[in-house]
Amino acid sequence: MRNEALRITPHERLEQLVEALRGGNWLKALVFPMLGILAFLMVWHLCASRIDTSLGQFPGPVQVWEQVQNLGAEHVREREKAAAFYERLRERNAKKLAADPNAVIKDRQYTGKPTFADQIITSLLTVAAGFLIANLIAIPLGIVCGLSSGIYKALNPVIQVLKPVSPLAWLPLVTMVVSATYSSDDSLFDKSFLNSAITVALCCLWPTLINTIVGVTNIDRDLVNVSRVMALSPMVHVRKIVIPAAIPMIFTGLRLSLATGWMVLIAAEMLAQNPGLGKFVWDEFQNGSSSSLGRIMVAVLAIGLIGFMLDKLMLTLQKRVSWDKTALLR
Amino acid sequence: MNKRYLDITDVGIEFDTSGKKFRALQKVNLKLDKGEFVSLIGHSGCGKSTVLNIVAGLYQATEGGVCLDGKEVSEPGPDRAVVFQNHSLMPWLSVYDNVALAVNQVFRKSKSKAERKAWVEHNLRLVNMDHALDKLPGEISGGMKQRVGIARCLAMQPKVLLMDEPFGALDALTRAQLQDSLMKIQAELGNTVIMITHDVDEAVLLSDRIVMMTNGPAATIGEILPVNLERPRDRLELAEDREFVHLRQQVLEFLYAKQSAREPTVAASAAVVETTSPKLAAVQAGAPPERPGNDFEAA
Repeated sequence: MRNEALRITPHERLEQLVEALRGGNWLKALVFPMLGILAFLMVWHLCASRIDTSLGQFPGPVQVWEQVQNLGAEHVREREKAAAFYERLRERNAKKLAADPNAVIKDRQYTGKPTFADQIITSLLTVAAGFLIANLIAIPLGIVCGLSSGIYKALNPVIQVLKPVSPLAWLPLVTMVVSATYSSDDSLFDKSFLNSAITVALCCLWPTLINTIVGVTNIDRDLVNVSRVMALSPMVHVRKIVIPAAIPMIFTGLRLSLATGWMVLIAAEMLAQNPGLGKFVWDEFQNGSSSSLGRIMVAVLAIGLIGFMLDKLMLTLQKRVSWDKTALLR
Repeated sequence: MNKRYLDITDVGIEFDTSGKKFRALQKVNLKLDKGEFVSLIGHSGCGKSTVLNIVAGLYQATEGGVCLDGKEVSEPGPDRAVVFQNHSLMPWLSVYDNVALAVNQVFRKSKSKAERKAWVEHNLRLVNMDHALDKLPGEISGGMKQRVGIARCLAMQPKVLLMDEPFGALDALTRAQLQDSLMKIQAELGNTVIMITHDVDEAVLLSDRIVMMTNGPAATIGEILPVNLERPRDRLELAEDREFVHLRQQVLEFLYAKQSAREPTVAASAAVVETTSPKLAAVQAGAPPERPGNDFEAA
């Protein structure tokens, strides 16, 4: 009995471990990702300690964690300062009113430096706006192209040429056009916000457009024939047959689009000095203090995590919208 | 018998496949009376479905034309409802909504909302599917899906019901059940029906006339066999009936002697249903060809 146990090969031992873990699925779901992350942190730590730059050693997990705490503390401090500012403003106004009820009250905005969290929110809003603009164009256009091979043939060359263009090539053009056509005095959005959003839109248009076209083109011929036999009007045909049938492909496109948009946004913000995470990274780089690399690494991880969460969000949405509840989505 | 409710005159069609002209049909002539049940039978790839699609308006004939109730057919419409072989229900709509989609389209002006709802339920009751109104097509069996497909077509109150191998993908038992249901419904409503089939028994059991098509290319109608068996028909009684056996024999004769099966071409083998040679061998060897088409039981 004991001898048998001794003769177990490493491979069998692993299998035994896996077998033991199989008892609790949650355990398995937790343990393997944990092992992966742990291994990644180890490799990161080991590599980082060997890289020296002009700004000091490359930040490892420990230094980055310190910067996470610093950035958090800065955010709290900045919010306290803002609250104190508004408190002072309120007191001063109250005093003024007490002295002279007809006094003109000035409403000032706090103009502190945006914190890391503020930058994240700006970036998210920008990417949401760009994504929305892109899909308001891409989905209807994709449906039209999918339904009519003539329109598809007409637009396909243009789509194929514009699709691989880098956002950075668009950016100067977008900036010039926006400043020429949009006055920011009385307007709802900042110019920089529009620049980033439009650049994002120009780049995340294509995956949704192309996937929508494919989804619509590949609808089961029989279903199209059923619709023709019923003599459905074009609007009902699109609403009841085309869109539900193409939904899985449309969502594939949307997920690719959002991922592209998020990547493009960071680059656009960096290059155009539009507020957001990209600007945060650029500012830290220019700043060049000993903590800069650590702070940039925090931004890198935040960008990755947010990108991951955006994809999860789309996946959840897809599961809710799709009619095929048995489909395996990844 | 000269009312000529549905009149297919000199229909021919030529397909243009990558520059090559392919003549699929030639000089197809067929006249149907109101309430008549006609089957089209022939080997795979002989153009049965093409005839049906021309009547449906899904294909345009190169020459000749189709008249239904005095009007020429130029495009698809709900007066020529089609039951497709693979049910073709919208997988994202419930059983009720699939039928309602057709009903709301056809009767959006002539019936009130409540009337339309009652009409959808009535038609699903006709095919015994009123117990599964809220189920999605993915949640019911193949036979049930085809029942819903038939209900959807009946609900459009078509002048002629076109059925493209409606039971071809079903197992033999389910198929028999659906054939009985169809006979009952057709006796009740008096529908005019054109049905494509590969199943000789099915053709003899259901039809008033069996239209046998020659092999393509340039296929046409070879023979028309009137089936004067008394209705209502009972499959068990007919199995022993001399007239029935004789009719079967005539159809088999046409299919396997006069129009022997060609080697399946690439195009023909793309079709889901094949009249396979083992069956032919069984017929020739004198084995009881009890139900040609049992090869679907595994499906």
